Amino acid sequence: MAVFTFKGGVHPFDGKDISKTKPIVDFIPKGEMVFPVSQHIGAPAEPVVEVGDRVKAGTLIAKAGGFVSSNIYSSCSGTVKAIEPRQVVMGNMVKSIIIENDGLYEAEEPWDVKPYEELTPEEIKELVLRAGVVGMGGATFPTHVKLAPKDPDKIDYIIVNGAECEPYLTSDYRRLMERPEKVILGLKIVLRIFPNAKGVIAVEDNKKDAIAKLRELVKNEPRISVCQLKTKYPQGSERHLIYAVTKRQINSSLLPADAGCIVDNVDTIYSIQRAVVDGKPLMHRIVTVTGDAIKDPRNFRVPIGTNMMDLVEAAGGFVQEPEKIIVGGPMMGNPVYHLNLPIMKGTSAITCFKTDEVAKAKKHETHCISCGKCIDVCPSRLIPTKLADCSATRDLETFNKFNGVECVECGSCSFICPAKRNLAQSIKTMRKEALAARRK
Amino acid sequence: MEEKKLLNISSNPHVRSNSTTQKIMLEVIIALMPATIFGIIKFGWYALVLVLVTIIAAVLTEFIYEKCMKKPVTIGDLSAVLTGLLLGINLPPTFPIWMAILGAIFAILVVKMLFGGLGQNFMNPALAARCFLVISFAGKMTTFVYDGVVSATPLAALKAGESVDVLKMFLGQSGGTIGETCTLALLVGGIYLIIRKIIDFRIPLFYILTVAVFVCIYSLAARGGFDGQFILAHLCGGGLALGAFFMATDYVTSPITHTGRIIYAVFIGCLTCVFRLFGPSAEGVSYAIIIGNILVPLIEKITVPKFFGKGAQAK
Repeated sequence: MAVFTFKGGVHPFDGKDISKTKPIVDFIPKGEMVFPVSQHIGAPAEPVVEVGDRVKAGTLIAKAGGFVSSNIYSSCSGTVKAIEPRQVVMGNMVKSIIIENDGLYEAEEPWDVKPYEELTPEEIKELVLRAGVVGMGGATFPTHVKLAPKDPDKIDYIIVNGAECEPYLTSDYRRLMERPEKVILGLKIVLRIFPNAKGVIAVEDNKKDAIAKLRELVKNEPRISVCQLKTKYPQGSERHLIYAVTKRQINSSLLPADAGCIVDNVDTIYSIQRAVVDGKPLMHRIVTVTGDAIKDPRNFRVPIGTNMMDLVEAAGGFVQEPEKIIVGGPMMGNPVYHLNLPIMKGTSAITCFKTDEVAKAKKHETHCISCGKCIDVCPSRLIPTKLADCSATRDLETFNKFNGVECVECGSCSFICPAKRNLAQSIKTMRKEALAARRK
Repeated sequence: MEEKKLLNISSNPHVRSNSTTQKIMLEVIIALMPATIFGIIKFGWYALVLVLVTIIAAVLTEFIYEKCMKKPVTIGDLSAVLTGLLLGINLPPTFPIWMAILGAIFAILVVKMLFGGLGQNFMNPALAARCFLVISFAGKMTTFVYDGVVSATPLAALKAGESVDVLKMFLGQSGGTIGETCTLALLVGGIYLIIRKIIDFRIPLFYILTVAVFVCIYSLAARGGFDGQFILAHLCGGGLALGAFFMATDYVTSPITHTGRIIYAVFIGCLTCVFRLFGPSAEGVSYAIIIGNILVPLIEKITVPKFFGKGAQAK
């Protein structure tokens, strides 16, 4: 069987074994739930509840503050306690709706649903918008915007991103193992919007059992196929996934739709299905709690707004005090100072490490020895070491000459660097500046 | 509320490969061992002393310089050890100790540290020091004693019109510097480095290939026919294997891009042959590589790889 991939990339220790066999279990939080109004890319949502209001699981508590924005729903029943700034994963304070969870989980009625075959593309997009679905792989881009490209007839690929190339993460894998038929159903719904598209579920070949299961289920689906990807980081990067599946390349000034593709994460597709078939908004997501500092690494189905520390305790707590905790995977996740933070729509994992490898690597840091390893692994085929030098001297002109904005910030260069330089960090800093200058 | 100790944070990625500069240097040192040990056994205890002295002098120079300049001491990265070793095995087995020390000091102090230390030098320190010694002490640097008699190196003999035994050259049964004589031992080390993914196969492959093709054409044009013996002697002699696998591949002073490496290798290959075949000296590897080193920034400038998605258009 053909295996699809891209040039470059790295093979970090994958760490998935400790949680991949653990079925998804429901986590039912108590007490305070925190819903930041900005947990997606775009304008913050606007609260539509006031302090003292009673809400149910499924009550709209903040509505999209623009086209590129997203609705937010309560995931529990209870009372709105406060609307105040709270710290989120990125470390900043974001206006949040705080709900005192009464533990009853009284639910709103699902909205009226029709068989999806009878829905028009507009109606489907309307439901996705209503449900507040965003890209759940971590980018959190509002899905209804993605589903509304300029010319839907030109879209010929809907790619379900099941690569899950981040080490340690198993949430998408568990979703594919436990609810593959729902993911396929979600894909069929999306395909209704795009009459000329075929659906491809792309999965890395370290998840052969999931691939086999999906292949069996799509046997009689003429428009859907399963693509086996080579296990390599960053295989799940949108641009490189599109390349692996279609051999089409896009760069930083193009959107996937420009190459006729729309890419959605497994859990996003699942949530679309929930909205359209079950009439339920996005209230839950799968979170992998993992890492060598966790006693019992597992996959949870978690109501959004849950406190992260509570979730870690549900996974048996820590074996020993961790030195580093990352929200998301170790390659692209965000490190946090503490765990008193809410689970948001884009939180795919809490990865806890006994030791901080970055601090350990710092002891071996030297000047660049020009070994060229960063060039070998860069999926965007840039010269990371040169770009990092430009960042050190704040030389925007040279940075642009070496096409720094094409970096996808995957971190492969920092990972591989024998001189232990923080290449990706330097490049990211400069890239922000370069992108801002380009927008002007 | 009681504040707990905050956890570490840093920019992603939060995992790092276990490769370090120190480990890479160690791998190269290991790869040089077959040739070094062969040279020491062949030339005796004085060769051992010479190699040890250059290593110690190189490391001490870096240490003292950094202490004097109040900079962090970096001798732990083993690059000074490697420079010392490379210089040591590039010396004739009867070379005076004090000259060897001078060479090591030149390599580290002038070529490496004054330009900013590891990664900042634009010439291979060991080779630059070798060239410095050749210019300063030409007599001592070109006197090769083998089996108790002063003899010409195979390439010099070849240039003088004598015939040479290629198999003996390949196995190291001829005169030369401590580490260059046994092509087989160098080949073993070089292949080890390629397998361990320490060096890029492109540089040694294209360097040696260029020399082979160049000498072949020369043999056809100037010597009136294909001379296998002549071509093989050029491939086995004059430290070509040492240069191709261990000197030209020095990360710092070779191009970082793949295409750049090929251009660089072909360039130094041609230059080596020009020096050997048309110049007054029989040897040309050191100078060819040094001149190649100087051209590296230029080569890198014209070989920037095409980025992913370049020229892509909206459908």
